[in-house]
Amino acid sequence: MYAERVTPSFRHRHLLGIEGLTPDEISFLLDLSESYVELNRQAEKKNPVLRGRTLINLFFETSTRTRTSFELAGKRLGADTINMSVQTSAIKKGETLIDTAMTLNAMHPDVLVVRHPESGAVKLLADHVNCAVINAGDGSHEHPTQALLDALTIRRRRGRLEGLIVAICGDILHSRVARSNILLLTRMGARVRLVAPPTLLPSAVEAFGVEVHHDMRTGLADCDIVMMLRLQIERMQGTYVPSTREYFHFFGLDDEKLKVAKADARVMHPGPMNRGIEIDSALADDITRSVILEQVEFGVAVRQACLEALSHGHPELGPKL
Amino acid sequence: MKDEQEHGSPRRVAYINARLLDPESGTDGPGELLSEKKRIIDVGPRLFDQGPPDDARVVDCAGHCLAPGLVDMHVHLREPGHEHKETIATGSESAAAGGVTSMACMPNTNPVIDNIALVEYIQRRARETSRVKVYPYGAVTRGLKGEQITEMGLLSEAGAIAFSDDGLPVFDSLVMRRALSYASTFGLLISQHAEDPRLSACGCMAEGAHSTRLGLSSIPDVSEVIIVERDIRLVEITGGRYHVAHISTAGAVEAVRCAKARGLQVTCEATPHHFTLCDADVGNYRTFAKMAPPLRSEQNRQAILEGLKDGTIDAIATDHAPHDQESKRVPFAHAANGIVGLETLLPLSLALHHEGGMTLLDLLATMTSGPARLLGIPGGRLAKGEPADLVLFDPDAEWVIEVSKFRSKSKNSPFDERRVRGRVLRTVVDGRSVFRHDEVENADAA
Repeated sequence: MYAERVTPSFRHRHLLGIEGLTPDEISFLLDLSESYVELNRQAEKKNPVLRGRTLINLFFETSTRTRTSFELAGKRLGADTINMSVQTSAIKKGETLIDTAMTLNAMHPDVLVVRHPESGAVKLLADHVNCAVINAGDGSHEHPTQALLDALTIRRRRGRLEGLIVAICGDILHSRVARSNILLLTRMGARVRLVAPPTLLPSAVEAFGVEVHHDMRTGLADCDIVMMLRLQIERMQGTYVPSTREYFHFFGLDDEKLKVAKADARVMHPGPMNRGIEIDSALADDITRSVILEQVEFGVAVRQACLEALSHGHPELGPKL
Repeated sequence: MKDEQEHGSPRRVAYINARLLDPESGTDGPGELLSEKKRIIDVGPRLFDQGPPDDARVVDCAGHCLAPGLVDMHVHLREPGHEHKETIATGSESAAAGGVTSMACMPNTNPVIDNIALVEYIQRRARETSRVKVYPYGAVTRGLKGEQITEMGLLSEAGAIAFSDDGLPVFDSLVMRRALSYASTFGLLISQHAEDPRLSACGCMAEGAHSTRLGLSSIPDVSEVIIVERDIRLVEITGGRYHVAHISTAGAVEAVRCAKARGLQVTCEATPHHFTLCDADVGNYRTFAKMAPPLRSEQNRQAILEGLKDGTIDAIATDHAPHDQESKRVPFAHAANGIVGLETLLPLSLALHHEGGMTLLDLLATMTSGPARLLGIPGGRLAKGEPADLVLFDPDAEWVIEVSKFRSKSKNSPFDERRVRGRVLRTVVDGRSVFRHDEVENADAA
């Protein structure tokens, strides 16, 4: 369970996105995650490969599940884990971001897990610190650990990623989860469909090797996985979509729309869900269709794997040779 | 040299062994030029068959290009209000190093150049501190608010050479109609920052596959095109003189091309960055590639090049926009727009000659006689009686841009370490050398 199974095939200083990862590296992370899924189901969950190391969760945007997931992952690996929530109102944009980075850096953390409301901000911060940085979501850019945990969930259910049809539905435009998933799934040979009204699709998205659908009936036809995205109700109504009622009517997932998918198609959602807006409440809870809680479970394992993998690539962080 | 700096313009200077380039007269050939005090008194081939006049100081051009000093019709000098980014003095040093002898500065200072006192302030500061000629734009609307038009007539009398709310569009159609209409009373030029802010929706780069990849909010091409097309309709009914600042889209270039064909007084300028770079150059959130308008797609870049070649685009202007380091060392969406451009204007533009097939004369016209005519200022020509505003350059010299050596107070440029061809050797304003490359070299060696 410990150091012997380590294959040093992950040589990155940071994990800032799926972009830049090879299929082999993705497979390596998923394989490593598998072992943590098993470990996390034991009573004794510790694998202290990060004992004596410091992990800081630096969140410039509120989050419960991702932050908790990283906190658990760090603690189960034996790292000293602390959480810092920075109010975006208090932090006056840019120079303070770099100031924050340099201030924290001076305390010699080993890993910074960072979430920020602006695309590219985590990379900017990573450029100014010596430790490993994991992107826990930057603006509408990437959320790599979410894509990895989604891939792990799919792979455990289907045994593979290659050749599967995955429909990603909803607010693609603002979604970092969608971007990371598109990159990861296409890279691993899955067929990705995006299903949304054009107002919620980013420009030129076909360039990323995906099929675009504006109709759930064609978008979900014969698919293996239906991945629903959260609709940010506050800023959507009357702008990107006319109403939540109309949105659910055409793009919300319910049993009826799911019928065109494969009989054993699985439903995913990165959470938090808007029940009755993007997904029917009963369907979300239907354990024969929904794998939403598995996603949460595997999230911890994936984050453990990422932390361990980064410790290989990072001399200051890794076990002393 | 020291003598002239201390005592103003030398009496007579003879420029020998030059390749004279004057777009206005179509001259491109060996020749000489003689200036007396601030003016050109003779120019042409074989002026000095009997040798240069005894009383003239001789500048041996060694076969390099002697052209009218460059005219940059779009710069931001940041004074007053943002002197930590640039001043008229440092901006003029930057201009001199770039071969620019006249520049027109935008009114988005603090306070805004929207009244006579500010126009006079700029002129006084320029007189006191500038190495080159500075012409202020006046604002189209008070405080750049887009609501009430400024005293354009009085501002013009005081010395404002054209009008713009640059940085912001004149968005209200009625205000724009009245501005064009009123400005036509005096034949004044209105330069529009063409952008529909609602369509741009706080976007921070051009819409396309790159904005999608980076997850950045994006600005569609149509945001520019729609305002240019609207404004051209307004020019039709007002008869005003309309100019599109920093044109960046194929659609807007086509709109200007059609307007010109219909005989309207519609002109436009393009920046070196919009014909040199495209949205792919944003790379991995490089804030030095953040501009307004944004760097557009390669297809738009090609349309700008085409517009320059066929004469649709009247001028190359830098949109020199100095910003301190802190304004750019922030998440992309928060970064300030724009780059410094005066010191890279000539070499970047010369690529259109070296690689794009434009003749040197056609290219220089966009940086000399073209903008001078649009602004109605002296200079931009090598002719008797014109100011002795000159640039001597070697069009073929290869060098590598080093941003740290810029004379501008700000160093925000995406062109650091870029290999370019074409170098300014000497810049002359009113008969006086304000920049000499050999002195820079000597200083480096020492």
